Amino acid sequence: MQSFSILSLLRRAFGGHASWQPQWRDAAPKAAYDAVIIGGGGHGLGTAYYLASEYGMRNIAVLERGWIGGGNTGRNTTIIRSNYLFDESAALYDHALKLWEGLSRTLNYNVMYSPRGVMMLAHNVHDVQVFKRHVHANRANGVDNEWLSAEQARAFCPPLNISPDLRYPVLGAALQRRGGTARHDAVAWGYARAADALGVDIVQNCEVTGIDRGPDGAVTGVQTTRGAIRAPKVGIVAAGHTSVVMGMAGLRVPLESFPLQALVSEPVKPVFPCVVMSNTVHAYISQSDKGELVIGAGTDAFVSYSQRGGLHIPAHTLDAICELFPMFRRMRMLRNWGGIVDTTPDRSPIIAKTPVPGLYVNCGWGTGGFKATPGSAHVFAHTMAQDAPHPINAPFTLERFRDGQMIDEAAAAAVAH
Amino acid sequence: MLLIDCPYCGKRPEIEFSYGGEAHVARPADPQALSDDAWAAYLYLRSNPKGRHAERWRHTHGCARFFNAVRDTVSDFFVTTYKVGETPPAEAWPRAAE
Repeated sequence: MQSFSILSLLRRAFGGHASWQPQWRDAAPKAAYDAVIIGGGGHGLGTAYYLASEYGMRNIAVLERGWIGGGNTGRNTTIIRSNYLFDESAALYDHALKLWEGLSRTLNYNVMYSPRGVMMLAHNVHDVQVFKRHVHANRANGVDNEWLSAEQARAFCPPLNISPDLRYPVLGAALQRRGGTARHDAVAWGYARAADALGVDIVQNCEVTGIDRGPDGAVTGVQTTRGAIRAPKVGIVAAGHTSVVMGMAGLRVPLESFPLQALVSEPVKPVFPCVVMSNTVHAYISQSDKGELVIGAGTDAFVSYSQRGGLHIPAHTLDAICELFPMFRRMRMLRNWGGIVDTTPDRSPIIAKTPVPGLYVNCGWGTGGFKATPGSAHVFAHTMAQDAPHPINAPFTLERFRDGQMIDEAAAAAVAH
Repeated sequence: MLLIDCPYCGKRPEIEFSYGGEAHVARPADPQALSDDAWAAYLYLRSNPKGRHAERWRHTHGCARFFNAVRDTVSDFFVTTYKVGETPPAEAWPRAAE
């Protein structure tokens, strides 16, 4: 791997930037690996990286149906925060946040993590009570989160309209200062490059079509559009397509897949200092370093794999944005897209072993998986390498739905479900 | 936005409707007799197919009645809609023909 530093940049600048190598090999699949990961998004690539770097498993492959970073990793609104209500979630998401803080250095790749603050707006008495409860629960768990009055919220984010005349006036806000954004593509590319340097094969345009099992029921490998691959351990990190892949092993999972939409505006000069989210009027907004407003909209109501959704969904979000930030009323939107998110009944992920020996699954991130990428990958790598969950992901089992041990974060995820 | 053919009112825009989840998920007749796994499967496991999906819709801002539909989840194309209590045409839904 060619290390990035000011010296390496200067040296190659004088050489006309002719000597840069591709950041990862375009590997062809081998006949057998020690482990195979299905899904080349951030969570899957990160899992491969931690398997190689922390658990010494270097004869492994990541199989990606399309191209690296072309799925939900490149479709989300890049928001990072960890102010979840329950102990289990706080531990998981804050584990991720701590990894975010050092990730650029760990990977020698600038993931542009920017802790600019994530502010969640309260618009009614219920919001105020719920967010204050979150603030206290978070502080008890060592997770930073603080309550702001409406005036303090506007001081933190000057474009915010706190007029009492709004249909849903801003009554206050919860602010996590360590929250913020990162460059989503760079996360996928950084993990891919670092994993490749440790010997991991990243195989693109390779769709898994079947999961092979031996006479004892254990996993023996996968069938793909680029041939059969033997592997005693298979990790499924397939986001919206998890139900489809798990079905290949004869397993049903408590997931439904919905399109979640996002959109970006034309690029403008820096005008928006932080991330603002509102569950109640349903808007997320931040500004990318390129200058575009990055806006998260909602999910369509129905199960779909179409990677697009109804226009009335983002239109509803833009109504809310224009009300909260009147200066954006004449802004033009450039692009709008959808990604397929897999949601669980309790809106918490599943990071676990499955009833099939050798088969592991990391899914159910729903509308908010990007923020957890490093933590999710790290504990899932532990689960695959040790054949046992890390203490942090031990509660996030498949069986919790049967056993009634749900981690009911439906209210903490910001998208209306 | 989808155009949905309500069996009672005809074609109307999607915003008049509410989605009601997967259709034909029958409540077990004797829940006490079920194992925990079977009860959890009834509560939480859905087919979530990439392909044809039988689902419930309610024409909330119209006749307010529930009905069923078969829709392709890749294209969002409605294959057919039918009233509660009816079975979909066999050609509309491969599973119905089995």
